[in-house]
Parts: sequence; structure tokens; C-alpha cells
Amino acid sequence: MNRFTYARAEQVGDAVSAAMQRRAATFIAGGTNLVDLMKENVARPDHLIDINRLPLQQVEETEDGGLRVGALVTNADLAYHPLVEARYPLLSRAILSGASAQLRNMATTGGNLLQRTRCFYFYDTATPCNKREPGSGCPAITGQNRNHAILGASEHCIATHPSDMCVALAALEAVVRVTGKGGERRVPFAELHRLPGDMPERDTTLEPGDLITAVELPPGRFAEHCTYLKVRDRASYAFALVSVAAAVELAGGTIKEARVALGGVAHKPWRDRTAEALLRGKAASTEAFQEVAEALLQDAQGYRHNGFKMALAKRAIVRALGEAVSGRQAS
Amino acid sequence: MSASERTVATEGTTAAPATSHTITLTINGAKKQVEVAPWTTLLDLLRESLHLTGAKKGCDHGQCGACTVLVDGKRVNSCLTLAIVKDGAEVTTIEGLSAGDALHPLQQAFIDHDAFQCGYCTPGQICSAEGLIREKRAKTADDVRELMSGNLCRCGAYSNIVAAIEEVMGACTRERDGRGNGQGRHAVGGGRGEER
Ligand SMILES: Cc1cc2nc3c(=O)[nH]c(=O)nc-3n(C[C@H](O)[C@H](O)[C@H](O)COP(=O)(O)OP(=O)(O)OC[C@H]3O[C@@H](n4cnc5c(N)ncnc54)[C@H](O)[C@@H]3O)c2cc1C
Ligand code: SF4
Ligand code: FES
Ligand code: FES
Repeated sequence: MNRFTYARAEQVGDAVSAAMQRRAATFIAGGTNLVDLMKENVARPDHLIDINRLPLQQVEETEDGGLRVGALVTNADLAYHPLVEARYPLLSRAILSGASAQLRNMATTGGNLLQRTRCFYFYDTATPCNKREPGSGCPAITGQNRNHAILGASEHCIATHPSDMCVALAALEAVVRVTGKGGERRVPFAELHRLPGDMPERDTTLEPGDLITAVELPPGRFAEHCTYLKVRDRASYAFALVSVAAAVELAGGTIKEARVALGGVAHKPWRDRTAEALLRGKAASTEAFQEVAEALLQDAQGYRHNGFKMALAKRAIVRALGEAVSGRQAS
Repeated sequence: MSASERTVATEGTTAAPATSHTITLTINGAKKQVEVAPWTTLLDLLRESLHLTGAKKGCDHGQCGACTVLVDGKRVNSCLTLAIVKDGAEVTTIEGLSAGDALHPLQQAFIDHDAFQCGYCTPGQICSAEGLIREKRAKTADDVRELMSGNLCRCGAYSNIVAAIEEVMGACTRERDGRGNGQGRHAVGGGRGEER
């Protein structure tokens, strides 16, 4: 690790102004991603602002019947929170499918959102990488790209966002509360992460100094009919090759609303509202699910080692929607 | 609660950033003041400064679980934990689980079930299992497998590890349900340095 100074923030305002003062100052929450990247010399902060004592530890109900989750609530506490288990089982399952029990005890809500890609080249400072060193090139495009993107990639970067929790939050249309230079603001989840374009060094739309204070969930409508399906190389403790968060609202025998978010396929959790709308007013059927899967993947592009993800994603979508509708989660 | 900084003066009038901070940790029941650099991990502090070498450095990247210890009663990877961030916390390592020479029930069960070969992963497995039992989430052997997936065993002693944990877990459940005598050696939580 490079050398850095350390200070503990006691107030949200202090944390933000401290971060604004130094370009290479970085917040540390659970540290499970940041400390790892610091050991690899990929992250080289000159000053760490410890945000763990900020009063952002609560899970509270909001006036509209939703839930506000403080940025420092750990992944384990969130997944096992009684209100989350009852109203947002999709979120519980997604979180519990990620990392290990130890890591979930450490990892925080805010940190999970801002964890960085698991692209091998990003981690390996001996190789070029546009995300780590803008302009140096992207060896993944012609190299080892088995866990890379098939949707929304650019000629500059084909990395994926590795979070499971974020895929569920995208499907649930969470809102992220941010405090920054201009005060507080609310960022719809779909606008938090961005596609790489010609600026792959930027994972999100956040500005320097921005502190995530909470994640807000709208009232839960999908508790009965939702599933998180994660396909990976091992049964546990592996990042997703493809994951699907499916949530369905049924009215009588027909689908009133369906949400499908994909993980492991793009630089951000992937949604396509036009494809989802194909299910509106329809009876649940494998054919209908296949149509959605085709629509979601119609612009997909595979690279040398990850072409299999296209068929895998389609099948996973069909299976996840089936499980969501029947209310039975296979694993 | 803030770590007291010691600014080291260098030549001239400029002060170099503090590289040494004094923090307080309760380690296996004993309160200790220790000097750490901001980049010192809890694992390095335990092993290199405090000579508690039970927690192992397997991967140093959160991937193997050999460094698992309990911080404020919860299992964590000490290799990804900066010590300074845990100022004021209670830390329990494998050395703190047994009560003197009396083994912790998990330690005894690991011996009884032959749940290790080389033993390198064992301190982490046992601390992790202690965390698992306190979390009260595992009901079945499959739950144990899933919730212990953060602890790798290069020797592949997994089936015996699961059996050992299940035995102690069963004893704890019986005790909670009022069917145990609460005094036996399966009384998890009686060890030296327990937080609760
Ligand atoms: C071995 C291993 C396996 C894993 N497997 C999975 C998996 O299968 N699925 C999965 O989803 N994840 C997985 N993870 C990733 C893990 O979920 C993340 O590392 C974790 O969620 C990050 O949270 P943290 O609090 O530790 O973040 P930190 O490491 O503390 O921070 C991460 C980043 O977020 C910034 N940050 C943190 N909090 C805030 C805030 N409130 N406001 C602004 N910026 C902030 C930090 O500055 C830093 O840049 C794995 C990690 C490891 C090490
Ligand atoms: S895919 Fe993105 S993160 Fe990976 S090497 Fe290319 S630019 Fe870097
Ligand atoms: S040494 Fe910490 S997880 Fe491997
Ligand atoms: S006993 Fe050798 S690694 Fe587990």
C-alpha cells in the first residue's frame, strides 16, 4: 500500500468538506473493496476519511411506506432485516448470494454501490487499462474477457459492474441520497451507474466529494413474486457470470408489471423498460418470457470468451421470470 | 473516540503527516493500547505486533477466510480490516476462544471429527463457525456449507468441518430450547474473552 494519512469524520458535512479539499482523499467504509485495491496499488489515496462513525446506520420506514437504508448499514444487517425479508425478499436474496458471511458483515450499503469492476486487467497494474489509466488501452477486448460485458460496452472498456445487491436495487427502482458540494440530492438508481463510453474511468455520475448517505426503497410491491437468480462458476462465493433480478406484479391471471434487471452483463445493472413492457397485460407463459429475453438481448455483442453469456442470459431470464410468477425460488 | 495523532516533526517547520496513531482494542478480553500506522491491517497487528499468530495470512485479499476473527462479536476478514478503523472495538481471536486449557466446544468438535489435515485454515474455520453460531441463521447442513463458504480448506476437510460445526450447533440449539443443562462443555459463550 502507498502511504496515506487518516482522519475520522464525525459529521456528514465534515466528511464532504474534507473530501473536497484533497483530490486523492477517499472515504473508507467497510474497506472490503478499497483495502483490496490499495494492496494491489490500484487505489492510491493520499488521505483516508473514515466514515464509519457517521450516523448513517439506521433502517427506517419512510412516510410513503418505503424504507430508508443508511449508507453504513452492513450488507448482512440489511439482508437479514425483518422488514427487508418481509417486503423486499429480492434484495435479501441478492445480497446473500454475494461474497461471504464475513465480507457481508463488513461491507456497507454505500460501499457496495461503489465497488469497482473485477476485470483482471483493471487489477493488474502491469497491464494497460483505460479505467485505471485513461488512454492506455483496453487489453480485455482482445484478451481474457470471459467475465466481461455483452451489453452497453464501448471500444474503450468492456468491464462489468460486479454487485449483486445493485441488480436488485435497479429492479426495485431505489433512490440514492447523496450529499455533495451543492447540498443534498436524490439520484434515481438508473442514473447512478453509467456506461463506459469514452470515459471508462468514471463508474458513476457522482462528483468528487459526493457522499452517499442512504438508499431509499419505494413501497414493496413484489414480495410475493420475485427472484434473484445468480449463475456462476461455483455454487457459492463467486461473482456472477450472469444474474437476473425478476419481479412481477400480477392482477388476476395477467401480468400488471414486470421488472427484469441483469447483472454480470454490463457496466451497470441492465434494464430495458421497452422489453419489460412486452409482458404488461399478458398471461404468464414461457413464450412471453422468451420474447422478453430476446428483446433484452437483441443488441448484445459477445467477445472471444464470453459469447456464451448471450444464451445463458436468455435462459436465466426465462427461468427467473417463471420462478417469480410461481413464487417459488429454486435455490 | 478519535485516534490521538502524533505528529512527527521533521526538519524545518513543516510537520510530516502522522504515521503513528494510538488506538485501544480489547483483545481476547484484555484492553490494550497499541501503536499503528494507518495502513496496518488488523491481521498484521495481531500477528506481527501482538504475536497472536493463530489468525493466518492465506491470501491477504478477503478470499480464503484464514484470517477470520470476531470483531465486536461478528466474524470478519482481518486482512481487509484496517486496525485504526476498529479503534475501541473488541477482538476475539482463536487464542481467546478457549478458557485456559479447556478447549472451546468447536475446538473439541474439530478434533473429534478429524476436521483438519494441515490445520492452516482451522483457526479461521473455528472463528468463522463461532460467528455462524452466534448469527443463528444456519439450520441445516446445507446452510452451514453456504454460510461457511468464505472459509476455504486446501486439504478438503469440508465434510468433517461441517459435521463438527453441526454437532456444536445442535448442542447450542438444544440449550436455547431449554433441553441442555447449560453447564456442559457445549456452553458456547463461556470462553475467556467472550464479548457477550
Ligand atoms: C473475495 C470477495 C468476493 C466478493 N464477492 C462478491 C459477490 O459475489 N457479489 C457482490 O456483489 N460483491 C462481492 N464482493 C464485493 C463486496 O460486496 C464489496 O467489496 C463491498 O460491498 C464494498 O463495500 P465496503 O463498505 O467494504 O466498501 P469500501 O471498500 O469501504 O468502499 C468501496 C468504495 O466506495 C466508496 N464509498 C464507500 N462508502 C461510501 C459512501 N457512503 N459514499 C461515498 N463513497 C463511498 C469508497 O471510497 C470506495 O471507493 C466481494 C468482495 C471480495 C473481497
Ligand atoms: S475492460 Fe475496462 S477495466 Fe478491463 S481492461 Fe478494459 S478498460 Fe480496463
Ligand atoms: S488472508 Fe484474509 S481472507 Fe485470506
Ligand atoms: S486443514 Fe489444511 S487447509 Fe484446511
